[in-house]
Amino acid sequence: MKILTTIKRTPERNTRMKIGSDAQLITADVKYEVNPFDELAVEEALRIREARGEVEVIAVTIGTEASREQLLAALAMGADRAVLVQADEELDALQTAALLAAVVRKESPDLVLMGKLAVDDENGQICGMLAGRLDWPQANFASKILLADDAGGATVTCEVDGGLEEVAVDLPAVITTDLRLNEPRYASLPGIMKAKKKPMDVIAAADLGGVPAGRSRITAYRPLPARQAGVICKTTEELARKLVEAKLV
Amino acid sequence: MNDVLIVIAPAADPLRKADLAAITFAQQVAGQTGGACDLLLMGPHASPAAEPASRLPIRTVLTVEHEALAQFTAENYAAAVANVVIGRSYRLIAAAASTTTKDYFPRLAAALDAAMASDVLEVLDVAETSATFLRAVFAGNLLAETVVDGATILATCRASSFESAQPGETTATVESVTVTDEIAYARKRFVAMQTTQLDRPELTEAEVIISGGRGTKGDEGFKLINELADLLGAAVGASRAAVDSGWMPNDFQVGQTGKIVAPKLYIAVGLSGAIQHLAGMRNSKTIVAINKDPEAPIFEVADFGLVADLFDALPTLTAALKSAKA
Repeated sequence: MKILTTIKRTPERNTRMKIGSDAQLITADVKYEVNPFDELAVEEALRIREARGEVEVIAVTIGTEASREQLLAALAMGADRAVLVQADEELDALQTAALLAAVVRKESPDLVLMGKLAVDDENGQICGMLAGRLDWPQANFASKILLADDAGGATVTCEVDGGLEEVAVDLPAVITTDLRLNEPRYASLPGIMKAKKKPMDVIAAADLGGVPAGRSRITAYRPLPARQAGVICKTTEELARKLVEAKLV
Repeated sequence: MNDVLIVIAPAADPLRKADLAAITFAQQVAGQTGGACDLLLMGPHASPAAEPASRLPIRTVLTVEHEALAQFTAENYAAAVANVVIGRSYRLIAAAASTTTKDYFPRLAAALDAAMASDVLEVLDVAETSATFLRAVFAGNLLAETVVDGATILATCRASSFESAQPGETTATVESVTVTDEIAYARKRFVAMQTTQLDRPELTEAEVIISGGRGTKGDEGFKLINELADLLGAAVGASRAAVDSGWMPNDFQVGQTGKIVAPKLYIAVGLSGAIQHLAGMRNSKTIVAINKDPEAPIFEVADFGLVADLFDALPTLTAALKSAKA
């Protein structure tokens, strides 16, 4: 069985991103990591391998040379092989999905796993666009993935607005991870050392059939409007009074 | 190509608050393009929902019912919408952001080869082949002006950022549309849905929300929250920590990857206010925080704060408000 996990290089979670006077992000001292939701995907692929044996786990990313860092992190967790699709510009969701579709056609995985969203742009569009292009089934927001014994399909529990939804997909399929799917492992020191020796293929986007023109981009950033400073009540009775005075209750 | 289509799928009767917000979003875009707004209602309740929907400021209400739409799947719904819009021309295909649209809208975007903006907060500009929207990024810590190009684009809007559309003077025409049986996608099947039964308002529709975090210690604290919620007719929410600990079901989670809410009053109890939680509630009109840690980040966004142990404060607050209401 072959599982492809797609990962994105994103600023470390909880980084307070700052905006320069040009309304662009200040990235000078920012540290990066694997998008936490994609990390859940790598972990899930590894667990499937541990349960079944004979599963190849491949980590793919689209980006500049800097993204090697994130591929190494996935390899250090235990992925078998990595693929860097080299692209120097910021790509939008349609472009990303087009390139990933080309990688999928090349690799023929049984399952593509990815985070339900990336913590930087929070678009959450890749799964649907990729599955749509491939004409594969999709399952989003997975909190549980149960592969059929013959790996011909999977039952997925999805965390949706109304509660928990269970769906069945035939493989190959694209599945996205949600927070409670698993807890990703820390890479061990031996894992980190081994990672450097694992295969990392680099493909130019042009060699995958090129990148379609981009159609969506962020042109400027703005800070949040400030909230007016609040008041600390000395007693619970004072809070009750203030809520009643403000006609909030 | 100036018209806007608002997709409501699966349609409910009456329409949900979120869908009424999506209509307002669509009208803002149509206001700039000079086009009309059509509504597309899909699913088993599409026909009954059409009559009340026709009283909204809409040109045409399209209804689609098909057995393949009886249960929602992203594959069938995306294919059905694609089937409806091919042959019609829309500048924008819009819907309220929800797990449903997060599931099928991108698949629809791929089918139509159209770019998409997710979870729009504000319409900044609409030109002939490009539109600019405001979105929240980085766990809602920053806003991003996002340009989307194309003669036809897709967008989902954040329901709490738009007022509900109100019925007007006109009556829209109602048109039933047939879709092909090919929309039924065999390789994905709905199996079951475990819905949390609510005797309280739904989180995204509630005027008052009381959320509990790690400080509640589970049932003990949520019992007190529920008593206050009973008094105020409030919805109850939870932090990620509370859901991860198994104290509350997943659909009660407020935050970056849970529900995004903006009620009149949000009371955060025993909840520290992690960035990801703030992303889900910082646009609430009034925020109250009750936490025994004076350093808790939640106090940075609170309009009224109380540094106190919730096990003392909540019963006192409930009693004080009960007598104030009496």
